[in-house]
Amino acid sequence: MARMTLDELRAFRDAKRQDLARRDVEGKDIQIVVGMGTCGIAAGAKLTFDALVESIQKRGLENKVLVRQTGCMGLCYVEPTVEVIAPGMPTVIYGKMTKDAADELVQKHLVEGKLLDNHIFDRPAADIVKK
Amino acid sequence: MHYEIVDFVIDIVQNSCEAGASLVELRIDEDDEGIGFEVGDNGKGMDALQQARALDPFVTDGIKHPGRKVGLGLPFLQQALEQSGGRLKLESEKGRGTRLSFRFDTRNVDCPPVGDLVGMMVTVLCMPGPGEMLIGRTRGGYSYLLRKSELAEALGNLEEVSNLVLLREYVRSQEEGV
Repeated sequence: MARMTLDELRAFRDAKRQDLARRDVEGKDIQIVVGMGTCGIAAGAKLTFDALVESIQKRGLENKVLVRQTGCMGLCYVEPTVEVIAPGMPTVIYGKMTKDAADELVQKHLVEGKLLDNHIFDRPAADIVKK
Repeated sequence: MHYEIVDFVIDIVQNSCEAGASLVELRIDEDDEGIGFEVGDNGKGMDALQQARALDPFVTDGIKHPGRKVGLGLPFLQQALEQSGGRLKLESEKGRGTRLSFRFDTRNVDCPPVGDLVGMMVTVLCMPGPGEMLIGRTRGGYSYLLRKSELAEALGNLEEVSNLVLLREYVRSQEEGV
């Protein structure tokens, strides 16, 4: 493959954008935050990051989701950690999110709207248990 | 301990991003004998004592995580280099920034695998913090330069998944060359 120029990149972006605009007009309201501290990286956070991007694209959600990075979230014992902020769902920090679990996260949390019970390590209770 | 060389690099660049840098420069220089990296930033920098302590695994500033007693990023890198014939140089000035250069000897049997350089470059380009990041890559006589501001101008928000996918394709095309 020949080296892509910035102009070609722009053209790809515009084509992609039009394609996406046809499919969906909703804003990007889902955020996925991957912990990229020393602990996360050692546990394979880069692979998780790549797997999330691939999985989101595979399911056609790429215009709804932002994937961001942060440092250590303080849960080094269950790295890689991933925080998911999605409307209509409690904000959750999932632990042990290896690249295989990343695909499950996208399917269950983002597509089916269910929590991954075995991976929750922070922040679900107050949101779920409403009095 | 990190598994691949790219993991060490992501860790070091992440330090720069968390050090309040507005500019981060990454140089990757590869030849038949090894692969060298230089990570420079204009972040908060370290004085001589802080530099010495940064290489001590049992020291951390405790600001971000109070009560924590270890800081393993740089010590991991130093250990991996020491056990495989690599070298490391840390230069820093308080208030001005930090420059870390290190080189792995890829001929050494104990050298970690390099890993996915394209994915590493995409990951560090999308890290929050620095407004500008330059990645200069040379391999033999071949070289290219990536500029975060240019890529962000061409693509828009680098955290959008559709843009991440295009960014990866772009970086891969640069890496594979003509």
